[in-house]
Amino acid sequence: MSPHRVSIDSGVCIGSGQCALTAPSVFDQDDDGFGMVRPGREDGAGEPMVKEAVRACPVQAITLEEV
Amino acid sequence: MTDTGTQSTSTSAPSFPSDRTCPYQPPAGYQDLAARGPLTHVTLYDGRVVWLVTGHTEARSLLTDPRVSSDRRNPAFPVFAPRAEDQASVVVPLLGVDDPEHARQRRMLIPRFTVKHANALRPRIQLVVDGLIDTMLAKGSSAELVSAYSLPVPSMVICSLLGVPYADHDYFEGCSRRLVSAPTSAEAVAARDDLRDYLHRLVARKETEPGDGLLDELIAERLGDGQVDRDELVMMALLLLIAGHETTSNMISLGVYTLLEHPEQLAALRAAPGLMPTAVEELLRFLSIADGLVRVATEDIGIAGHTVRAGDGIVISTSLVNRDAAAYPGPDALDVGRSARHHVAFGYGVHQCLGQNLARAEMEIALGTLFTRIPDLHLAVAPGEVSVKPGDTLQGLHALPVAW
Repeated sequence: MSPHRVSIDSGVCIGSGQCALTAPSVFDQDDDGFGMVRPGREDGAGEPMVKEAVRACPVQAITLEEV
Repeated sequence: MTDTGTQSTSTSAPSFPSDRTCPYQPPAGYQDLAARGPLTHVTLYDGRVVWLVTGHTEARSLLTDPRVSSDRRNPAFPVFAPRAEDQASVVVPLLGVDDPEHARQRRMLIPRFTVKHANALRPRIQLVVDGLIDTMLAKGSSAELVSAYSLPVPSMVICSLLGVPYADHDYFEGCSRRLVSAPTSAEAVAARDDLRDYLHRLVARKETEPGDGLLDELIAERLGDGQVDRDELVMMALLLLIAGHETTSNMISLGVYTLLEHPEQLAALRAAPGLMPTAVEELLRFLSIADGLVRVATEDIGIAGHTVRAGDGIVISTSLVNRDAAAYPGPDALDVGRSARHHVAFGYGVHQCLGQNLARAEMEIALGTLFTRIPDLHLAVAPGEVSVKPGDTLQGLHALPVAW
């Protein structure tokens, strides 16, 4: 997998937790319930489920860029 | 309503919804609706013609479209059942309002509904489930599963989460059942008012005698500084109480029935208990108990060769969307090993179910523990004898007699 950059727009996120459920090694939820990328995993950590998490997000708050 | 599509093979708009005959299959005639294309026209009970969405891609697109509104105060908002006729008279928080009002309310609640919080509640859910099974086993070799198990599990869990005394559950379950299933608007309004009065009294009591539930937290952190007023807080609590038990209860009893009727799937699940999360997703997809998400268009929207006009009503049939063959190969087969990911059983878009992570935990534990602790569980009536709830409310069983 080529290098990626994963980010979440917290202004869009509704805290459904779909990212944390789908790819828990890369995503978590903060104390306010918003999705967050785990520190050090901003490159997606080679996790194939990141793409599924992007698709699972009900508000398309996750961006996956190739860098 | 203007239809600019070219594939409209019929100008008729069949009535919608219908009642299920088999508890886990969409009603007769729904497949014909899906065969008309991803969007078609149907007629609601009051004669109004609305768009019915049956395509997976189209449903996800419309549910995330800012031109599609959930605001029940909009006079053009479709009325799905007579009980909802007065819906414009009271603001339904969360599911009945749009952003930014919706986002403000949701953000108060999401910290308590994360995946982590749901997982942290698992030991408590397990205790509830084991206690109910102990009682069933102590009473003999048969039970009515809805009242003995599938309703009390989510009721006890949501009471505990909110900080509502479980001693009051009979009262609010009765109100809640009248609210979601009443045949008339007047009965639904009376039930809602009873529940609202109960919660007002509870909030007043909690202000002087705080507990440790979500309601107590909202009173302390949000009511005190004016982020929420008492009426809004009570309506939010009312919604959580209703949404938190009827839905999950129906999924548990219907899930048990469906697995008993698919013994090879139940056997596969028993052989590989690690499949449970996957099986729960598949049951959510397959059963689609909230079959009819209602919206109204606020601007013209071009989609799938049609134009949905401003003011048009939209109903999303989750049972058909979740059986779109383009998204799920062999969609009418229950397959606990398949990836049912991206189903819309919890909705999609900003209104996607707030309690979905809690619901998953409850279903996994309730189904897994029941089949493990009562391995010879079986139906105590012929499969065709179970009574199915009507099509215009949450899908489920009125009762489920079982034995072991």
